[in-house]
Amino acid sequence: MVDNELCKLTAHEITSLVKSKQVTCREVAEAFIERVSSLDDKVRAYVTVTEDLALSQADALDKKIAAGEELPPLAGVPWAIKDNMCTRGVLTTCSSKILYNYKPVYDASVVQKVAESGGIIIGKTNLDEFAMGSSTENSAFFTTKNPWDLERVPGGSSGGSAAAVAADLAALSLGSDTGGSIRQPAAFCGVVGMKPTYGRVSRYGLIAFASSLDQIGPFSKDVTDCALAMNVISGRDPMDSTSLDVPAPDYTKSLVPDVKGIKIGVPVEFFAQGVAPEIVELVWRAVEAFAVLGAEYKETSMPMVDYGLATYYIIAPAECSSNLARYDGVRYGLRSSDSSDPLTMFKKTREEGFGPEVKQRIMAGTYALSAGYYDAYYLKAQKVRTLIRRDFERLFEEFDVLITPTTPTAAFKIGERAGDPFAMKLNDVCTIPASMAGIPAISVPCGFADGLPVGMQIMGKPLDEALLLRVAFAFEQATAFHKQKPKL
Amino acid sequence: MKLTKEELNQLAFLARLELSEEELATLGGYLNRLLESFEKLKELDTEDVEPTSHTVPVCNVFRDDEVKPSLSRGEVLANAPAEKDGTFEVPRIVET
Repeated sequence: MVDNELCKLTAHEITSLVKSKQVTCREVAEAFIERVSSLDDKVRAYVTVTEDLALSQADALDKKIAAGEELPPLAGVPWAIKDNMCTRGVLTTCSSKILYNYKPVYDASVVQKVAESGGIIIGKTNLDEFAMGSSTENSAFFTTKNPWDLERVPGGSSGGSAAAVAADLAALSLGSDTGGSIRQPAAFCGVVGMKPTYGRVSRYGLIAFASSLDQIGPFSKDVTDCALAMNVISGRDPMDSTSLDVPAPDYTKSLVPDVKGIKIGVPVEFFAQGVAPEIVELVWRAVEAFAVLGAEYKETSMPMVDYGLATYYIIAPAECSSNLARYDGVRYGLRSSDSSDPLTMFKKTREEGFGPEVKQRIMAGTYALSAGYYDAYYLKAQKVRTLIRRDFERLFEEFDVLITPTTPTAAFKIGERAGDPFAMKLNDVCTIPASMAGIPAISVPCGFADGLPVGMQIMGKPLDEALLLRVAFAFEQATAFHKQKPKL
Repeated sequence: MKLTKEELNQLAFLARLELSEEELATLGGYLNRLLESFEKLKELDTEDVEPTSHTVPVCNVFRDDEVKPSLSRGEVLANAPAEKDGTFEVPRIVET
């Protein structure tokens, strides 16, 4: 098999070739590293390529195969990891100057699980600094390009992980989602991206942004791979006390193309947030496709959507200002050369180490939490958060899933919104509500607008990822959008 | 309500950020616009609403108090910008 073709396969195809000994793990690893070295100058998905790690993981797996040992479930699958998840001995920068030299001494739980599942880690991917942004333009290092149009952004903050999968530079990848940072880039890059229920996946070793919202999830080329990746990363972890003590099901059992009798709610407010007409049309066409497959749908209303952005932009910066207080130049990362006394060290290190977006959010969060304003902002936002949750609970009494656009527009041009943080934030208007409520949501490709991929968001009840996968799988079986690839 | 320059300086101090005049001006404009956008939340009556701090029904997670190995001193110090005698070295904090 030509190496290039190997890279184009899904994770389940690659692992079955490995298990049937048609290809070795070393061949897989080498094919991907070769593709990354020839193509990633264009896409710039990776901050760090972990060639040595990938080859040693591949060789260890090949030894097991040679010895006839039982193989882990996803043996030989190449993964990319967002660079805000700790990898032992491997640079983990959060795409920030303040962590430019940080090499964790431990692995995030998800990284350990990926390795145990037989994964081969190809590298660490670019993000908006500390996962704050929607385009990777806030990365302190460089902007990742959208594989479908190199003049456009891949979305963000997990833009590198989305672009890596879309450009066949990895078969699977991990991202993190705080207000849409998995779903939005998945939509922009034409891949599948899932934000699991808050607490479904351990956050141990995920560098914190907004702890009550952050959740790790996978990017994949199809829904089958999403289910397989969810099997790898889900479940209780004693190292994360917010991870839920609920057994995760075998998500591959959801891969049945049957949505008969499923009740779909279509909340109209999500279609009115400046959503481009062609996206409205594509998502409605998808909803009607479900009707053909035997599901029932109905328009419904979720008035609280209008309050999502304001609530998010109080809660996320507040938690960020607290979490990022740890970067003080003492224990890791950058320390300013101007550190004559402790206060100067703190202030100069943070001034030099953080980019403009991070500083804005730290300032906003510091304000929202400061004495005299706490009740008016943070507490008020937490109360509105309760109202958003109630709105979802009300809808889920009537519906099994909710379907909306993932984003108001397709991928925009690099630089187009960089000067206007408020225009940038509108990207997240459809994804923020699920983050606020902690519910699971998946973005799946549902068509193209002017040659750019468009994503449909399917949201479900807490811990109901299995149903989301089933619904998404049924749609994927009836369509061929996921089979299209960017020309690179 | 608009943030004054003094309030901005005080916020920057609380956040331990040394900001240039230019950065302060940009941030001031941004924060004032952001605060305006928060006004929308006042439309909602939240008088009797419980706040949501976390969406998961988990509190007081206990585990057995077992002694387990932790990171070695060398690992803890591995990323230190400056290190001395097996500790993090920082600028003097106490006058002698």
